[in-house]
Amino acid sequence: MTKKQKKVLYRIIIAAVMMAALYFVPVEGYMRFALYLIPYLIIGYDILRKAILGIVHGEVFDENFLMAVATIGAMLLGVYNEANGMEGEFAEGVAVMLFYQIGELFQAVAVGKSRRNISALMDIRPDYANIENESGNLEQVDPDDVELGTVIVVRPGEKIPIDGVVMEGNSTLNTSALTGESVPREVNVGEEVISGCVNLSGLLRIRTTREFGESTVSKILDLVENSSMKKARTENFITKFAKYYTPAVCFSALALAVVPTIFNLLMGNPAHWNVWVIRALTFLVISCPCALVISIPLSFFGGIGGASAKGILVKGSNYLEALARTKYVVFDKTGTLTKGVFQVTGVYPSEEFGREENSERKLLELAAYAESYSAHPISKSLREAYGAEFGQATVTEVEEIGGHGVTAMVNGVKVAAGNAKLMGRMGLVCEQPAEGGTIVHVAVDGSYAGYILISDVVKEQSAAAIGALKSIGVKKTVMLTGDSAAAGRQVAEQLKLDEVKCELLPADKVEAVEQLLAEKAPKEKLAFVGDGINDAPVLSRADIGVAMGALGSDAAIEAADIVLMDDNPMKLALAVGISRKCMRIVYENIVFALGIKAVCLILGAVGRANMWIAIFADVGVMVLAVLNAVRCLHYDSEFK
Amino acid sequence: MKKTYKIEVDCANCALKMEEAAKKVEGVKEATVSFMTQKMKVEFDEGMDEKNVMQAVRKACKKVEDDCEIFLND
Repeated sequence: MTKKQKKVLYRIIIAAVMMAALYFVPVEGYMRFALYLIPYLIIGYDILRKAILGIVHGEVFDENFLMAVATIGAMLLGVYNEANGMEGEFAEGVAVMLFYQIGELFQAVAVGKSRRNISALMDIRPDYANIENESGNLEQVDPDDVELGTVIVVRPGEKIPIDGVVMEGNSTLNTSALTGESVPREVNVGEEVISGCVNLSGLLRIRTTREFGESTVSKILDLVENSSMKKARTENFITKFAKYYTPAVCFSALALAVVPTIFNLLMGNPAHWNVWVIRALTFLVISCPCALVISIPLSFFGGIGGASAKGILVKGSNYLEALARTKYVVFDKTGTLTKGVFQVTGVYPSEEFGREENSERKLLELAAYAESYSAHPISKSLREAYGAEFGQATVTEVEEIGGHGVTAMVNGVKVAAGNAKLMGRMGLVCEQPAEGGTIVHVAVDGSYAGYILISDVVKEQSAAAIGALKSIGVKKTVMLTGDSAAAGRQVAEQLKLDEVKCELLPADKVEAVEQLLAEKAPKEKLAFVGDGINDAPVLSRADIGVAMGALGSDAAIEAADIVLMDDNPMKLALAVGISRKCMRIVYENIVFALGIKAVCLILGAVGRANMWIAIFADVGVMVLAVLNAVRCLHYDSEFK
Repeated sequence: MKKTYKIEVDCANCALKMEEAAKKVEGVKEATVSFMTQKMKVEFDEGMDEKNVMQAVRKACKKVEDDCEIFLND
């Protein structure tokens, strides 16, 4: 509890004790009123002050005003009854204030606690950077003052303050604050590291490649701090609702106090105006909109906070609202559903070459050696697939034929590796495999020896992610890719996507998304998921732009509405789950709070609800709504 | 010009009220209040003196939410 909250707690205790004591004190008349006034002022002075300030500032109808009017009214009614020789009731007015304060304190503590939990999880702001001065000692400086290209030292247990490249040392990094991923990542010399990670084991010397303001950590903090910018429709609705609702109930209460009294007088009956005034006051207490006004923003805050703790950054509650209604999900292929790195996925020796022992290995070996002088990404994949014992063969007479491939002498054997055109040039007939990907044909000693398939690898979680999205009610999953039809179809089939569009230019992707947008019903939302490279126009055109793998891609963070911090597509299903839960809680609270209040208001108007029921309808409903809203923070899911 | 200020506010709704109030202050182009990080981000209109504007923002926020605080001296 903060100091302020503790003070309120003491006031509550003192007022409660005094009220209990007064119950047994045998004083009568105005003396009783004076005694009850003490706990009333102790517990309620700040509310009264706020109500008066509100009136002075022209912000009349807020919950402080409602509370002040209701409690002052109750006290005055007690005085009136005393004056007319009846026993005045003063405990109710004090009790309303007391319970109102208990409810407020409760929600402040609950909210403050959850807020601190979340911000602790998102606490990635580094306070300092270590640089080595001339005498070789470490000096702590403000990360803002570190110039580009400076070498900074990060000791075990410290946060990496600025993006950079490891110059010296190796270690493991905890990236959980950025990705929600708990498995530590290994880093070695030459690798890029991202600010916000915590260095776990070894000392690292890092040459910064960005300024602090441009570093990942700053970008992410920026995003988190701005996440309240875009309001959800529901949130705006509540703000507007409160604007009209509060004055409306105030005037209704006034009418309830005045109209029946006048009616009675006109009819020549006794006015009973004290009865109607107490009903009007009860009505006021019941109608206080705090439960909604407090719990709805809290729910969205909880949803966004809970999501960010899981590595899902949402730029505004409107996107959370839209996400809950996602029916169409469009994926980019490379880097989103696939790893975006090229690997050898198959070695297929020809029938003739295949008769040799260990032919697959040999084919790969020959191709890898032949390509060993090439800087082409394909040759890198071949070398990686071949593995460790590289460099024992003699490779001579390397000839690179642009757009075709290479020929070389490997251990005295003439090897040609390249595309079908190269084979054609050599007068060889080669197989035409149906699989998508890049195909490297190999000829040995002038005869065709087979081919090696190199393709992008589908992420392990992709298929499960598509399945999970389907299971939570996504109607259609579509993949858009610039790749060849063969490569695209294969991935789509493997992942059981509903539709695939291949050989698209970036502009075609926008068109494809627009087509889908036109197709769907207006209430259904379309999400586009991309890795942020060349995707910016599509990300902004879709209802919800989701960028994946924010680590290192600034463009993605800026263009997207939702950022999945690690590149696991399963996170999308998780995000939809969180948003649905959050929206369900929001609607539950609206229905629950308005429902209870409506019932109590009617009971109050016809005199069947007393002040104690009114207190429940106000504070009780608020506490329950807040408890319900806090649930938004936590989401357990099978989608890991 | 944009600047971020540390604030103290107790409830998500009060943060909304502060945001609304800050937006209406002259010289403020855009204002956002983050309840989660307890920060207020203000974008000022061209050529406005941020110190004066922020005094007015603080006053406006105090009007709608007596308990809030904006820390101006950073």
